[in-house]
Amino acid sequence: MMTEMRKIVVPGEVLGDVKEKNSGYGTFSEDGKIISKFLGIPKDSSGYLSVVPLSGVYTPRRQDKVIGFVISVEKVGWVVDINSPWTSFLSLSEAVDEFVDLKRTDLRRFYDVGDVIYAQVSDVRGSDVQLSMKTPITRKLRGGVTVKITPSKVPRLIGKEGSMINTIKEKTKTIIRVGQNGVVWISGEKINKAIKAVKLIEEKSHIVGLTDEITKLLSD
Amino acid sequence: MRSEYILKLLESGERVDGRKLDAFRDINIEAGVVKRAEGSARVKIGKTDVIVGIKTEIGEPFSDMPNMGILKTGAEFTPIASPDFESGPPREDAIELARVVDRGIRESECIDLEKLCIKEGEKAWEIFVDVHIINHDGNLIDASALAAVAALRNTKMPKLEKDKIIRDKLEKKLPLSHTPITITVGKVFDKFIIDPLKEEEEMLDSKLTVAVMEDGKICAMQKSGENSLSLEDANTMMDLAVKKSKEIRKLL
Amino acid sequence: MGMKTDEKLIVKGKRVDGRKPDEIREIEMEVGVIPNANGSAKVRFGNTIAIAGVYGPRELFPKHRQEADRAIVQCRYNMAPFSVDERKRPGPSRRSMEISKVTRLALEPVLFLEDYPEMVVDVYIEILQADGSTRVTGINAASLALADAGVPMKDLVVALSGGKVDDTLVIDLSGKEDNYGEADIPIVFLPRKKEITLLQMDGQLTPEEIKNILKNVLKAGETVYKKQKEALEKKYSK
Repeated sequence: MMTEMRKIVVPGEVLGDVKEKNSGYGTFSEDGKIISKFLGIPKDSSGYLSVVPLSGVYTPRRQDKVIGFVISVEKVGWVVDINSPWTSFLSLSEAVDEFVDLKRTDLRRFYDVGDVIYAQVSDVRGSDVQLSMKTPITRKLRGGVTVKITPSKVPRLIGKEGSMINTIKEKTKTIIRVGQNGVVWISGEKINKAIKAVKLIEEKSHIVGLTDEITKLLSD
Repeated sequence: MRSEYILKLLESGERVDGRKLDAFRDINIEAGVVKRAEGSARVKIGKTDVIVGIKTEIGEPFSDMPNMGILKTGAEFTPIASPDFESGPPREDAIELARVVDRGIRESECIDLEKLCIKEGEKAWEIFVDVHIINHDGNLIDASALAAVAALRNTKMPKLEKDKIIRDKLEKKLPLSHTPITITVGKVFDKFIIDPLKEEEEMLDSKLTVAVMEDGKICAMQKSGENSLSLEDANTMMDLAVKKSKEIRKLL
Repeated sequence: MGMKTDEKLIVKGKRVDGRKPDEIREIEMEVGVIPNANGSAKVRFGNTIAIAGVYGPRELFPKHRQEADRAIVQCRYNMAPFSVDERKRPGPSRRSMEISKVTRLALEPVLFLEDYPEMVVDVYIEILQADGSTRVTGINAASLALADAGVPMKDLVVALSGGKVDDTLVIDLSGKEDNYGEADIPIVFLPRKKEITLLQMDGQLTPEEIKNILKNVLKAGETVYKKQKEALEKKYSK
């Protein structure tokens, strides 16, 4: 049965029964039923019913990889904007391995206002997030441009085992880093084309046949 | 923890002051407590203490009701009445209380506003009902509404001599037709309670305030509180309010 | 309520605008009308038009207003000066402050505020054109705007008014009916569990009449729910 569009559910819509399935992300259970919390796309995977929201702010989770913008330099670290109502902080101890004499060192030596970083979320407490730059994959991102998409659409941008993002990178000869917080960093040759592709995914993430549209866009 | 204790009691149908769930505290109504006002009353329900003063002015009728007097109701939650009240302009709770009290008076047609018209479209009597909380120990709305009605019944109109209001000689009583009685019913767990103490109020899931007329008709309702009500709850609370209003009406 | 007229509001079973007593006005709903907001919607019931915009969850200042374990909701209901016959002076009025409060209480129970500690969800409702039942029109818009913003919700929120006009129980009061009728009851409820989160009334009705109106409105609200669902799905079906 061919459908033009993936089914959409609204908050409060009943998805299934607790006797048959489990409540996954984006759902809650009440009176024996599993119910959607969001306006989004329902999924059924290994007996877990979940809903991928079509919109919403980024909710940080430990070990998420995010792209952030340094917005201020403090005494013992940096405040970083991670495109979320959660305030995030990168402490000196999570950023630098060497010993730093605070009396003599200007922290701007390491990161300054305006720097773009690819970081990892190390802790979430209340409305505060702690970032770390100590895992191998984290780094300062130099040059390039950033684009924001709805955080829940990041998996679609990446694609199955990276298929979608790799296609875009190949065809536009760019390096692309995707933060789980919806910030995308692009550097390389056909940046504008890559941005177009990213924006198309943001717009049509819920439409079946998107992959074909992207392929078409990238071949032009 | 006291609040846990109160909740525990309520859950088993008991109250911290030993009252039944649907019982009022002792009520005391005193009319004419502010001699300089055209009308006034003080109502104490337990430790809750409220004074309502009635003042009259001459004003312009509303353009869509040119032959009717004007009713204006205000409420002040002054800091002396509770550590929770702050100085400054009325905040949403005070505004809500004033409007709910107003609705009971207005919708019941308590005051014969037509008789307060002086010159159609130009001049009419303005009745100011001002609620002043003296001590807050819960159930402010019921106390204020009761004091308002008692104050209105106590009100005498000043004389009007050539556009000047002479307040020394108050003669005719304010023309009144109906007497609304306002009862707030609270819900917590599966229990419905009447006249909550301040510390009980904080535990309630939701409240329904109902203004009832002499013939049992309802003229105003306001749901408040953070939780929802089922249709059955709303119906039960309405019925309980109507029942209790009969008791309170006898006190006036 | 309270204004008097000689005009009959119900003639031969039809209301001033030709509706049957249990008929809702023409409904139009559109989601995503304010690009800057996290979520937004425009709702029209006959000649009453409301827009709602949701910003959040977002950081809350001043800090002392933050709640450690949940987000708070701030709500502002406002009528545009040109929304009514006689120009309304801009700025909050006591009426709009009361409506802001009951609107907030109508929406809060349905939101998963615990997911956003120390933050705020700001809901703004603007009435662009007023022809009765403005607060419920605004709340329908707010329900859509919250869902559009991706704020997790237990259910959508359905708002509808009921009342009595010329001795007849009616649904969805227009301006004239609100002004000259016998009673007006705005109701907001959660469609799945049929739980009421806003209930107000002015006028004069017997308890039985009120119970009937409540029952009828809860039933008629199913149409409003369907429209909300359609509007949300429509935004994403282009």
